[in-house]
Amino acid sequence: MADYYFQTKNLSVGYDGKILIHDISIEIEKGEIVTLIGPNGSGKSTILKSITRQLKTIAGTVHIEKSELRSLSYREIATKMAVVLTERMKTELMTCWDVVASGRYPYTGRLGILTREDEAKVASAMETVHALSLAQRDFKQISDGQRQRILLARAICQEPEIIILDEPTSFLDIRHKLELLSILRSMAKEKGITVIMSLHEIDLAQKISDKIMCVKGETIAHYGTPEEVFREADIRSLYEIEQGFFEPVFGSIELTKPEGEPTVLVLSACGTGIPVYRRLQKERIPFCAGVLYTNDIDYRVARLLAAEVIEEKPFYAISDCAFERAKQWIQKAEIIIDAGVEIGECNRRMLELLELAKQSGKLKRG
Amino acid sequence: MQHSVSEITGANLRRRTRYAGVFLFLLAAFCAIVVLNINIGSVPIPVSKIAKIIFTGEGDARQVAIIWKIRLPRILMAAILGGALSLSGFLLQTFFSNPIAGPFVLGISSGAKMVVALTMIFFLGRFGAVSSWTLVIAAFIGSLISVGFILLLSRRLKHMAILLVGGIMIGYICSAVTDFVITFAEDADIVNLHGWSLGSFSGTSWEGVAVAAVLIGMTSVLVFFLSKPIGAYQLGEAYAQSMGVNIRAFRVALIVLSSLLSACVTAFAGPISFVGIAVPHLVKRSLNTSRPLIVIPATFLGGAVFCMACDLIARTVFAPTELNISTVTSVFGAPVVIAMMMKRHRER
Repeated sequence: MADYYFQTKNLSVGYDGKILIHDISIEIEKGEIVTLIGPNGSGKSTILKSITRQLKTIAGTVHIEKSELRSLSYREIATKMAVVLTERMKTELMTCWDVVASGRYPYTGRLGILTREDEAKVASAMETVHALSLAQRDFKQISDGQRQRILLARAICQEPEIIILDEPTSFLDIRHKLELLSILRSMAKEKGITVIMSLHEIDLAQKISDKIMCVKGETIAHYGTPEEVFREADIRSLYEIEQGFFEPVFGSIELTKPEGEPTVLVLSACGTGIPVYRRLQKERIPFCAGVLYTNDIDYRVARLLAAEVIEEKPFYAISDCAFERAKQWIQKAEIIIDAGVEIGECNRRMLELLELAKQSGKLKRG
Repeated sequence: MQHSVSEITGANLRRRTRYAGVFLFLLAAFCAIVVLNINIGSVPIPVSKIAKIIFTGEGDARQVAIIWKIRLPRILMAAILGGALSLSGFLLQTFFSNPIAGPFVLGISSGAKMVVALTMIFFLGRFGAVSSWTLVIAAFIGSLISVGFILLLSRRLKHMAILLVGGIMIGYICSAVTDFVITFAEDADIVNLHGWSLGSFSGTSWEGVAVAAVLIGMTSVLVFFLSKPIGAYQLGEAYAQSMGVNIRAFRVALIVLSSLLSACVTAFAGPISFVGIAVPHLVKRSLNTSRPLIVIPATFLGGAVFCMACDLIARTVFAPTELNISTVTSVFGAPVVIAMMMKRHRER
């Protein structure tokens, strides 16, 4: 227990005494990034609100270092924990500088007047998020991306040990998403700040997080490292999607595959097939992909998009079984696409298949 | 980075200069209106004599009496109550995060008025007199009753327009009760009550000024020392809490202080409309900030200037007939509110 920075034990959270999610028991080390994922309305925000004490916890405990959250005063919590919330901050005649400076609240005197030192900290926090040039702009009149960066600067300038962010990337374009997440990453690693946040982008969650918490139903479905959590079936059941849509190795998200009897056969290797698969998917044409080694990148995507995949074990010569299946599909398919196949020692029989395809007169270049 | 830091220092300096400018202007206006107020009236008193009478007490006996017994207490009362009213408005706007909240619009003044009217009739009927303290307590109770209703409403209805409609309705109900009571009051009380229930600074006594000064002075100082949490609260409840504000205690403090301020005003001068909305808005605009540390004293000063000016107009424009103070404050305050709402609508 002593090793963990942040810990919940049998925590139950909810509104008005009604339990929404029960028995949350997690441990977080200092400087880790923990991301909550799960469908809309699964209770991610409820958990975040409970560990920031905006909501009363119903049962169980939350510990920061060794102290119980409930035993800390609001001021003590404020010096340990900063938040970036989803609710839009409504300000009146406040510059971005003012908003960031409000993060110094727990450290200023009775009247909240900033010292030189405070001002330097405000400036450096704005510098960290590359927003110093926004200092004199009205907070209401900047873009969503800028606003999110200002709110992050505000949290940084509160000098917390732990930052809690509720969907910090919503409203942001991809560049700002990446920028925000890389700032968080470097803060976690360089300053040892623990980050707990919720994200909708599971692909990004996988890449930035040290730990992932899957929130679904009444309990935490999974909690662990991205490698442990991002198994296809688990992610599918988390979001209640029947078909594969998530490729855990690359963290890529695919639309659902065209169903039905394949009319097209795609011959490819080493990634040449992926753009063809995507095109067919968009046209909603069911297709068969082959012959693919199971370590081929084409295979990772074909699994999710192809109605049928003719597969082979890596580094083996193409077996008779796979060869026969491919031959059958060459006969059955209305169109055969050669997306480009690199031929080597093992997959020499692909040459034969390409020759058969050419003879059938249905072959097209990808 | 170095460059930007010097820019920020420069910007901060410019802001401070602006604050100083606004305060200087308000102070100058304050002095000018005090002098004008003493100077103008059915018996004009030349400016040259005013200082002499005030500081040495020498001069024409009649002029001394007019200044000390009539004009000076009235001016001071207008200043103190105007400041209190504006401050109360500012607090309510912060509390409801709604720029057109105010003691009058939310029915708080009317609630105070109702209980004060009942108290007045009861005490005047029994004892023939009623003390300032009693009236303040009565007004405070009335304010809290209205605030209680508003809070009940606001818990169910988050929408700002509905909240205001609720406040206005509470105001009407309280006014109806007040009118009913006045209709059946003794003839002698009616004159008193009727003038008062429309709002006026006339007939202010030094005793009243003293009570108001003590109460409002103390409350305002307390409010000033709350400027730090008020600033945090302006960012929203959740953020304020994350910065270390004890929200529950803070909300109670805010409501009690703003009710106390508007109760004092109602007890001494009756309900006065629009000051509580217009003045904080104008002050924030001219300072170009909503930072409570600066806005709170400026709002008080601005409210004082505004009310003294309105009172001057109320008693001089149609002299010898005196207007109700609300008549004048509405004429100047309502357009500000309308302009403000139109501007917000455009910004959205």
